Amino acid sequence: MNIECRGETVNIATGGVEVDRDLPPVVLLHGAGMDRTVWSQQTRYLAHHGFAAMAVDLPGHGESGGEPLPSIAEMADWVAEAITEIGLGPAHLVGHSMGSLISLEVAARHPEAVERIVLLGAAAAMPVHPDLLGAAERNEVLAPQLITSWGHGTRAHIAGNPTPGLWMRSGCQALLERANDGVIFNDLAACNAYEAGDVAARIACPITVVVGSEDKMTPPRATSQLVAGLSDVDLKHLDGVGHMMMIEVPDRIRELLLDALH
Amino acid sequence: MVDPEYLKFDTLSLHAGQEPDPTTGSRAVPIYQTTSYSFVDTEQAAGLFNLEQPGHIYSRISNPTVAVLEERIAALEGGVGAVCTASGMAAFHLAAATIMSAGNHVVASRNIYGGTHNMLNLTMPRFGITTTFVDPRDPEAWRSAITPETRLLFAETLGNPGIEVLDIPLIAQIAHENGLPLMVDATFTTPYLMKPIDLGADIVMHSVTKFLGGHGIALGGVVVDGGRFDWAANDKFPTLSQPYDGYHGISFADEYGHQALSMRARAEGLRDFGAAMSPTNAFHLLQGVETLPLRMKRHVENTTSVVEFLEEADAVTWVSHPSVATHPDHELAKQLLPKGAGAILSFGIAGGREAGCRFIENVQLASHLANVGDAKTLVLHPASTTHQQLSAEDLVAAGVGEDLIRLSVGLEDPEDIISDLSRALRASQKG
Ligand SMILES: Cc1ncc(COP(=O)(O)O)c(C=O)c1O
Repeated sequence: MNIECRGETVNIATGGVEVDRDLPPVVLLHGAGMDRTVWSQQTRYLAHHGFAAMAVDLPGHGESGGEPLPSIAEMADWVAEAITEIGLGPAHLVGHSMGSLISLEVAARHPEAVERIVLLGAAAAMPVHPDLLGAAERNEVLAPQLITSWGHGTRAHIAGNPTPGLWMRSGCQALLERANDGVIFNDLAACNAYEAGDVAARIACPITVVVGSEDKMTPPRATSQLVAGLSDVDLKHLDGVGHMMMIEVPDRIRELLLDALH
Repeated sequence: MVDPEYLKFDTLSLHAGQEPDPTTGSRAVPIYQTTSYSFVDTEQAAGLFNLEQPGHIYSRISNPTVAVLEERIAALEGGVGAVCTASGMAAFHLAAATIMSAGNHVVASRNIYGGTHNMLNLTMPRFGITTTFVDPRDPEAWRSAITPETRLLFAETLGNPGIEVLDIPLIAQIAHENGLPLMVDATFTTPYLMKPIDLGADIVMHSVTKFLGGHGIALGGVVVDGGRFDWAANDKFPTLSQPYDGYHGISFADEYGHQALSMRARAEGLRDFGAAMSPTNAFHLLQGVETLPLRMKRHVENTTSVVEFLEEADAVTWVSHPSVATHPDHELAKQLLPKGAGAILSFGIAGGREAGCRFIENVQLASHLANVGDAKTLVLHPASTTHQQLSAEDLVAAGVGEDLIRLSVGLEDPEDIISDLSRALRASQKG
């Protein structure tokens, strides 16, 4: 599905079905340098299990038009506006990594747009390794490689893709390599600069946080710090799983989403 | 500067795609000799058929043993996914049929395997897909053969039988300037000698029958999806960018993005054409892949010895292998194939066709058969076998003279290979 937001096309994957406006809307937000397809193992499932599932390409990402937005706050304002354009709000927000920061900010700045948030690979701060930031700034393939390398748990580096024939490591790297020049750097810089401040205290909606024991990008310790500040929060642990959890263990994330969203 | 912590090639050859079997602990990949898989319940069954969730349904579409081989080859190539097929020919067909329809056009190197040449030249036109063959070394020929109907550029990483080295970065650039993908047949190089996706190719196919399997015991093919090509960037690839009624209007590019080709090739191509790899073949081929780096290294070393011998041999008029200084792609090979330009070479025998026949009949260690990439040394006279369907004109265009002998250098002790060749060469000259 395509909508217009601020005069640019927004591409939204809806699981191959037309969005049913009577169903509860779920907006899925991808992480830095990625796009809607990180949710391909969840979108279609949710769409066939009672939700209006909408995996969004943020501006300048995937097939959406426009330029990538320079800060988490601006991304959050844009998401709230996009939800208004879709005309289905308030929505459940599911965010991964940078998408989890955006979800936090949407919940704090635009509470009327949000029903609940589910955060995967989340932390209150996301400092980015200077070598990664540098490689991204120079649009080097090292940036996709480092994100892929650190983004997957040990098991995901060897095997375990439940979709026959797909190889996770190159899947992630290819996805990032497809980003336009400057996009990965824009997003990583936005994550790096993000300061949560009192965001936790300003969130009223219920929150589910999912943490992988082998997450090197938003390690369990960082997730705990975020969770400590939240009030209505449900924390789920995934053993042996890294940052790219919805790709590493799509079955468990599907179950968990159904559970959290009902 | 930090480096990505990626498992290395040799490790991936042994491990990628497999975890010890969760129910039995089996360390080796089990042969899941089954046609079908029990559903958990009707809900899960419906989800599987509707691509809502992944899993095995029926072995024509996927099988756990085959899936290990697929994931492993994808890992070695650096592809986002792979689909195994019953043979190399089936792999070519699967890729072609997934991205093209009647009315479309291919630009292909003229120096390719005779079987693929036949398919493109004679068979595919019956289904409305035509091909223009070009000299793979001539970038202008590639450019000017592209028409508005072209959907694919195709060549072998090492050509047949002149062992032309494909300048992948250059031909990929020509393809991409025209919004088209480049597919390469990397059978002769394997991911050990060259990683075509890193060089710019979009789709890699193999006859796994050959070096990947490595022992001449099982047929197989694979299509590897590079995942970098944007199928939705123009309207040339509706099978990937438009809704498909076969799965309730799914658009593979929209849903799976960089994995669209792998998903559609399986969901449609394996389902409908049915050229699936058998689980037992996948098991046999996996044993080969485990030792691929060791074998390829030795194949290349033995080839170096054999080339040195042939260059000095009296009855040999010419030797064609990129390691030879006079080979037109000698410099390109150094750049693109630093670990070696494979174990297949051709040479001309003094005395032409008859001497060629006598040579073939007098080798004793080397086997006279129509295959390459076995652990054992193989010899062939293409003009009378693989390329015999080609007209005299096509033979010349494909660079197959009547004096041409093709050699696939095996893993025997190089001294034994050389003495066998030496004996047969002597016999060939006693006409
Ligand atoms: C370069 C090349 N490609 C494709 C094929 C076809 O493979 P298969 O025999 O596995 O169908 C062959 C077989 O000889 C080959 O040498």
